[in-house]
Amino acid sequence: MRRAAAILLVLLLSILATGCGGSSNKASDTTATAAAASCDKGSLNLVNAGQLTVGTDNPAFPPWFGGAEKAPWKVSNPYSGQGYESAVTYAVAGKLGFAKGDVKWIVVPFNTSFAPGPKKFDFDINQISATTARAKVVDFSESYYDVNQALVVVKGTPIASATSVAALKPYKFGAQLGTTSYDYIVKNIKPSKKPGVFDTNDAAVAALKNKQIDGLVVDLPTAFYVTAVQVPRGKILGQFPTVGTPEHFGMAFEKGNSLVSCVNDALTTLRTDGTLASLQAKWLQADAPVLK
Amino acid sequence: MTSAGEGRRGVTVAVLSTVVFFTLLAVAITHAPGWPEVRRTFFNWDEFKASMPEISRAFLLNVKIFMIAEAFILVLALALAVVRSLPGPVFFPMRALGIAYADFFRGVPTILVIALLGFGAPALQLSWVPLSTTFWGIVALILVYTAYVSEVYRAGIESVHPSQDAAARSLGLTHWQSLRKVVLPQAVRRVIPPLLNDFIGLQKDTALVGFLGSVEAFKQSQIDAAATFNYTPFVAAAVLFVALTIPLARFTDWLVLRDRRRRQATGT
Repeated sequence: MRRAAAILLVLLLSILATGCGGSSNKASDTTATAAAASCDKGSLNLVNAGQLTVGTDNPAFPPWFGGAEKAPWKVSNPYSGQGYESAVTYAVAGKLGFAKGDVKWIVVPFNTSFAPGPKKFDFDINQISATTARAKVVDFSESYYDVNQALVVVKGTPIASATSVAALKPYKFGAQLGTTSYDYIVKNIKPSKKPGVFDTNDAAVAALKNKQIDGLVVDLPTAFYVTAVQVPRGKILGQFPTVGTPEHFGMAFEKGNSLVSCVNDALTTLRTDGTLASLQAKWLQADAPVLK
Repeated sequence: MTSAGEGRRGVTVAVLSTVVFFTLLAVAITHAPGWPEVRRTFFNWDEFKASMPEISRAFLLNVKIFMIAEAFILVLALALAVVRSLPGPVFFPMRALGIAYADFFRGVPTILVIALLGFGAPALQLSWVPLSTTFWGIVALILVYTAYVSEVYRAGIESVHPSQDAAARSLGLTHWQSLRKVVLPQAVRRVIPPLLNDFIGLQKDTALVGFLGSVEAFKQSQIDAAATFNYTPFVAAAVLFVALTIPLARFTDWLVLRDRRRRQATGT
C-alpha cells in the first residue's frame, strides 16, 4: 500500500520533471527566432536547415496545383511547379535563394494546419483565407491572390435561371468546411434553407451532383475546375460581389515566425515586377459575370 | 478488520491520495511547455461563450436524430433478435439472413455506412428516393445500431433458462405466447443496462451524420474552429454531449436499482 503510493508519487514527479525540462528548451528556441531578422538564405528560420518545407492538403486540386498525379499526392503534384500555388511557391523560393530541389512539400490537412504547437512546415499554402480571427493563431503572409466567391449550379435546375443574389434565397447551398464560402452564404445570401457543410471538396461535389444541394459556393478559380472536371453538367452562375473587406489568400506560418517578413518581401517583389499577375493569367481563369 | 478506527483511516488515506494525485496531475499539465497555448486554443472562455449558442442550436439536430433513430431501433432490433431465435429447420433461411445482416452491419464502420447511403442512394436519381442527407444519416444509424442492439436482445433471450419455455409450453402456451408472455419480459428486463449503453453510443454517433453535410453540433463546432483557428468550440460540443449522456447513465443506474428492488420484493 505504502509502496504503491510511493510509486505513484515518483511517476507523477517524473512527468512533472519532463514537463519543466521541455519548457526551458522552448524558451531558447524563441530567442533564436527573434534574433534572425536578415533574409539571407543561411539565416532564415527554417524547420529543416537549407530546405524550404511547404505544406498543402491532399488531394492537391487544380488550378492551384498541376502536373501528373504523383504519390503521395492525388490529382496533381505540387513538385511540378504547375498550377498557381505551386508556381507562386517556387517563385517565392527562388527569391529567397532556394533551388527548385530545396523545396520539400509535405501533406498538411487543412484541419491540422492551425493545430497548436510547433509546425512541421515553414509555411502552408492551401487557399487559406487570411482573416483577423485566424491571424490571432497563425501569421499570414500578404495576399498572393485576391479572391472572389462564385456559385456553381447544375444546368437545367430551377436555380440555374436566377440572375440576382436576392433570387437565391429559397435554395439550399453547400460549401466546403473551413472555407469562407460558408460565411458568405450565411452572411450575404441568407438562404431560407440551412446550408450543407462538407468535409471535403469531393463530398460537396457529390452532393451537388445528387441534387442534395442546389448550389455550391466555392472560390472562383476552383469553380472553373469544378465545372470543367468534376460536375459534367455544372455551370458557373456567376461570381458574388465583394461585401466588406476584400478576401485574400495568404500563406500560413507558425505565430511569430520571422520568415513571414522575408516571404512578404519576396511577394512584394513578385507583385511589382508583374510575376504574380502573369502567373494568375497563366493558371487561373477569373472571368465570370458578377451576380447583382 | 472493519473497526471504526480503520474505516476512518481508510477515508483519510483516500482523501489524501486523491488530493495529492489530482494536485500533481494539475501541476504537471499546467507546467507543460505548451500549456499556455493549449489553454488559449482549447479552453478559451471567450471563444466558448461565442460559439456555444450556435452549437447548442445545432445540437437540437443531434437530439432529433437520436430520438427518431432510437424509436425504430428498439422495435426493429427486437424483431431481428426474435427472428434469429426461431426454432426448427423451416426458419433456417430467416435465421441465416439475420446472421448475415448482423455480421455485415456490425463489421462495416458506421461512418462508411453513412457515406455510402447518404451519397450513394440519392445518386440513383430515383424520384421517390429522398435526397435529405439527415434522412439518410438516420437510416444508416438505424441499420447499424439495429445490428448491435439485436445482439443485446438475443443475449437476453438466451439468458432465460430453457426450462422456462418448456414449462410454459407444458401449460399449453404456443411458441409465440411463451415468447411474448414468459421469455421476452424476463429477457428485456435483464438487458436494459447494455441496451442503454448502446444508446449512449448512438447519441455520440449522431455526430457522424455531419459527414453528409448536415450541420449538427460537431459540424458546427468544426465550422467555428475553422473560422477562428481555435479548437475551443470542440470542447463546447463535447460539454453538450456529456450533458446529454450523464442523465441517461444515471437513469440507467436508477432503472436497474428499481428493478432489483422490485424483484426482491416479490421474492422471485
